[in-house]
Amino acid sequence: MSKDIAISVHHVSKSFKLPHEKIDSVKSLFVNPLNKNRKRYEEQHALKDITFDIPKGEFFGIVGRNGSGKSTLLKIIAGIYQPNQGSVSVQGRLVPFIELGVGFNPELTGRENVYLNGALLGFTKAEVEVKYDSIVEFAELERFMDQKLKNYSSGMQVRLAFSVATVLAESDVLLIDEVLAVGDADFQRKCFEYFKKIKKDKKTVIFVSHDMGAIREYCDRAVLIEKNKIVFEGTSDQTAKEYTRLFLPDVYKAQQNEKTKLKNKGKWGLGGASIESISFTKKVLTGADENLEIRVKIISQKEYPEGLIYGITIKNQQGEGLCGTNSRIIRQESKSRIGIGEVINLTWTVPNVFNEGRFIVEPAVSDPANMDVVAWWDDAADFRVINEQKTPYKIAPKIGLAVKS
Amino acid sequence: MLKNIAELKNKYRYAHILLKQLVITDFKLRYKGSALGYVWTLLRPLALFAILYIVFVYFLKIGAAVPHYAVYLLIGVVLWNYFVEVTMNGLSAIVGKGDLMRKLSFPRYVVVVAGSFSALINLSINLLVVALFMGINGTPFTFEALLIIPLIAELFIFGLGIAFLLSALYVRFRDINYIWEVVLQAGFYATPVLYPVSLVVTKSALAAKILLLNPVAQIIQDIRYVVVTHETVTISTLFHNQLFHLLPIAFVIGLLIFAGLYFKQRSPGFAEEI
Repeated sequence: MSKDIAISVHHVSKSFKLPHEKIDSVKSLFVNPLNKNRKRYEEQHALKDITFDIPKGEFFGIVGRNGSGKSTLLKIIAGIYQPNQGSVSVQGRLVPFIELGVGFNPELTGRENVYLNGALLGFTKAEVEVKYDSIVEFAELERFMDQKLKNYSSGMQVRLAFSVATVLAESDVLLIDEVLAVGDADFQRKCFEYFKKIKKDKKTVIFVSHDMGAIREYCDRAVLIEKNKIVFEGTSDQTAKEYTRLFLPDVYKAQQNEKTKLKNKGKWGLGGASIESISFTKKVLTGADENLEIRVKIISQKEYPEGLIYGITIKNQQGEGLCGTNSRIIRQESKSRIGIGEVINLTWTVPNVFNEGRFIVEPAVSDPANMDVVAWWDDAADFRVINEQKTPYKIAPKIGLAVKS
Repeated sequence: MLKNIAELKNKYRYAHILLKQLVITDFKLRYKGSALGYVWTLLRPLALFAILYIVFVYFLKIGAAVPHYAVYLLIGVVLWNYFVEVTMNGLSAIVGKGDLMRKLSFPRYVVVVAGSFSALINLSINLLVVALFMGINGTPFTFEALLIIPLIAELFIFGLGIAFLLSALYVRFRDINYIWEVVLQAGFYATPVLYPVSLVVTKSALAAKILLLNPVAQIIQDIRYVVVTHETVTISTLFHNQLFHLLPIAFVIGLLIFAGLYFKQRSPGFAEEI
């Protein structure tokens, strides 16, 4: 293994034996001793031939549907499960955050649980003692540390567990499995701050999540696991898109493949019309600009007796849709016949409600008969906004105020 | 090479930290919630001793021939209770900590060893009470009594061996705990805990010999011999060939090796099988 690789997963396969009738009593061993050769279990594949390397300091995402094998993979990397084939090597100390508060005992006090949990993570009493105060402070539980854990609310327990794990775990490699799913907004903010910190500290992290926003924001690279195999590996952005594609109707899936799309410059759809070009009247908007103007050129390759429906979507850099509409919604559907080879020029006017940043525009065309996507252009173009009245929100429309006194 | 040594050290460092913390936690939790708390660790053997004394010394008068029969009896009961505790702790060590098994990777043997140490702590406390009684009872203390240390070590190893075997088996076969309860029940009567071996010798010398080859019986009798009275029947008294004394010891060591290997072979699958 090269020196710069923190985690190397090499052709890992895992299957579980699911017995048809569980042989968990001695009796069943004796009742059918002659039947030993009969296969009494079913092999269920959890992972097939998984291979990837994670360089030191990388924030690596694993995404996939429920039951695709993500958690099994994480457990194999953590050393809890043994792979049937292949191997995993980890360089440096590894702390799994597969679940917070492992080994917490409700009958013990908060203080005792901190030491117990610390020991399970591999820290001596003396090592925990040094950091005890910062753990308590981070959890904001000063008054409760001598109470039994069973008298804690679940939120308090999570806070304690999280702070033990984060304050203590100065490890090189972290495995994080959906810990963000729990906790209130305040706690989630803390989690994200912690993420930013470990990213800054150049720790190697494996992060499993369904939250594509978080994957896009923190991960450098990600893999998509589907049906126990790695089906896509790429930047977190590409992988997040590929993940979203899993939930699309089958007809679009083929063209939605990130590799095919790369070849087609992000264009996909059933065909029949193509989006030729997209441009802006002004590519950089300032607060003074009232509107954003987007010009889209479309050429039809088929006859559409009912005309076409045109759509537009504007996303922020995290890939979150900010706004969008189509000609049917805004009652601008022409319904007149479109012939083969006809050129359609559209001009969209969007009020400038944007906050400062870079935004992505995606035009689309669909068939009014069944709303099938005829053409869609992912990441077709982007524009910038410089807004001196910038706010921490997703959009920044001009909000008026009149004060009477 | 140097790196490997460091890794090895690191590996045992974790096991050591974990072992210590698990034993401490277990001790803390034992009498948690009871009004008297740790006092119970002393009260239990005291109460037991009172009952034994009344039943056997006053009413049944079984061991009148054995000097200091009350202490003789108490030692047997305390050691047997240890054996029951250590094996039952071992049996449930892995399955009982299923939650940990499924979420953390750590050397699995630690939980089994921790269970054995918890029982050992309890035994030490009980033996202190026994020592107290010896003082009250007027049983003389001799330097020979120090031989109790290797004998307890033998009992510890035997208990640990059984604990490894049972804990690994219990993951697969959940009937083991019922079977083991029956075995312990039978073992209680097959081991000279409540009756002196001399009673058996008068009926059948062969039965007494077989009985003493059971490591628990051998250990209980040897401890009684070195601590309480030389009137105790041990392997040395029954067998002419003193090499027979090695038989239970060899069995204990053999069992630990076998159980340890079996445990090691099974342990990677514990997380999935529980």
